[in-house]
Amino acid sequence: MIYKLQFADLLPYWDVLARGFVFTVALTVVSTMAGVLVGTLGACARTFGPRWLAGLLGAYVELIRNTPFLVQLFFVYFGLPAAGLKLTETQAAFIAMTINLGAYSTEIIRAGSEATPKGVIEAGVSLAMTRLQVLRHVVLKPAFQKVWPALASQIIIVMLGSSVVSQISAEDLTYAANFIQSRNFRAFESYFVVALAYLLLAVLTRAILRALGSRLFPKA
Amino acid sequence: MPLVSIVDVRKSFGANEVLKGVSLPVEKGDVVAIIGRSGSGKSTLLRCVNGLETHDAGSIMVDGLEVGGAKTDMRALRRHVGMVFQQFNLFPHLTALGNVTLAPRVVEKMGEGRARELGLEMLAKVGLAEKRDAYPSQLSGGQQQRVAIARALAMRPKALLCDEITSALDPELVNEVLRVVEKLAGEDMTLILVTHEMRFARDVGTKLVFMHQGRVHEQGAPKALFAAPQTAELQQFIGASFK
Repeated sequence: MIYKLQFADLLPYWDVLARGFVFTVALTVVSTMAGVLVGTLGACARTFGPRWLAGLLGAYVELIRNTPFLVQLFFVYFGLPAAGLKLTETQAAFIAMTINLGAYSTEIIRAGSEATPKGVIEAGVSLAMTRLQVLRHVVLKPAFQKVWPALASQIIIVMLGSSVVSQISAEDLTYAANFIQSRNFRAFESYFVVALAYLLLAVLTRAILRALGSRLFPKA
Repeated sequence: MPLVSIVDVRKSFGANEVLKGVSLPVEKGDVVAIIGRSGSGKSTLLRCVNGLETHDAGSIMVDGLEVGGAKTDMRALRRHVGMVFQQFNLFPHLTALGNVTLAPRVVEKMGEGRARELGLEMLAKVGLAEKRDAYPSQLSGGQQQRVAIARALAMRPKALLCDEITSALDPELVNEVLRVVEKLAGEDMTLILVTHEMRFARDVGTKLVFMHQGRVHEQGAPKALFAAPQTAELQQFIGASFK
C-alpha cells in the first residue's frame, strides 16, 4: 500500500491550527501560574499549617494523583453543573488543569520545603524576621532551587496532558487536529503536524523554565 | 537595671521540668559563661531569652521588654538579641555576604548598597572579608560559625547569645571562633555563652554560672569559682572538665 502525503491539504486550515496553538499555550501559561501558586500555598500549609488543614491537603493530593486527568476534567465540566456551577469549556479546562498541577506541585514543593533544617528556620526567627519573611527567604527560595527541575518536568507533563481538554470541546491544538482530519480525512498529516507542535512546545517550555529557574533561583 | 534580667524562670517539657526557678541578672558588658552537664537546662535557658522557647513561669526582661509579654513585640526584642547556634544554621542558598545581609535587607529594609557595606564590615570583623562570595558548603566549620557571628552582629544587637558555638567544631577550629568572641568581649559586647570551653570561661568570662539539675547551683567570679568551688558538684564538674 502506498500512501501519498498531502501536507498541502492542511493549509486551508492554518487558522484553526494557529488558534489551537495559541489556546494551548495560553491555557498552559495561565494554569501553570495558578497551579504553582496553589502548590506553593499547599506545601506551606501542609508543612507549617494546622493538622486539620494538612490532612485536608493530603487528601486532595492523593485524590488527584490517583485518578485520571480525563475523569477530573469530566467531573469539573459535566459534574459541577449538576451542583449548580456552570462553566464554559475554557473555564473548566483551566480549573481542571490548575487543580491537577496544584496537587502535584504541592507534593513537589513540599519535598523541598520540608528539607529545611529546623535550626535554619530558628536562625531566621532569631534575626527578627516575621513568619512570612522566614517562609519566603529561608524556606521557599532554597526549596524552589532544589525542586525546580522536577517542577519544570511536571509543568511539561501537564502541558502535554492538556490535549485531553479537546474532549470537552475546548479548542486547543488536539481539537484543531481532530477538526481538520474530520474535514479533509488527512489524519496522518494532521496528527503529525500537531505532534510536532507539541514537541516544539515542550522543548521551548523546558528551555524557558530552565532560563527562568537560573534567573529566579540561582544555584549555589 | 540589668540589660537582661531572668527571674525565677521555670520551664517543663511534658512532665520533665528542665528549669526549676532560675534567676540571673546580666549587666551591660557582662560576659556570662554558663556551664554544666548536658541536660542541666543551660541551652533551654538561653533559648528562653529570645523566645525560641516559651517559659512557663517567672519573667525575663531584655532591655525593658518582657519576653513573651502580652504587649511585647517579640520581633523588636529579637532585634536587640543576637543568637549563634551550635550547628551554625547558615542559610545554605546564600553566600557568606548574603547570609549577613539578609536580615538587614528584609527586616531593617536597608538598601542594597548600605547592606553590602555593613555586611562586608561585619565579615571583616570576623576575619572573613575575602570569603564574601563563598557558600556555606564551601566553608570550614570554623568559618561558617564566624559567618554566623557576623550575621548576628549585622543586626547591631545589644546582647549576643551563644549556644555551645564551638561544640560542633573540630578541635583545631575552636580557637579561631573563640578569638572572635574574645574580641567582642573586649569591645564591651554583652555576651551570654553556654559553653564547654572551661579555660575560655575562666579567662574571658566576667561571671560564671554553674547549672545543675535545672537550677543555678553556684555562680560568681570565674577565677575565684574555678580556684575554689563551694559545692561538691561544681568541684566534681571542674575536675572532670580539666582532666
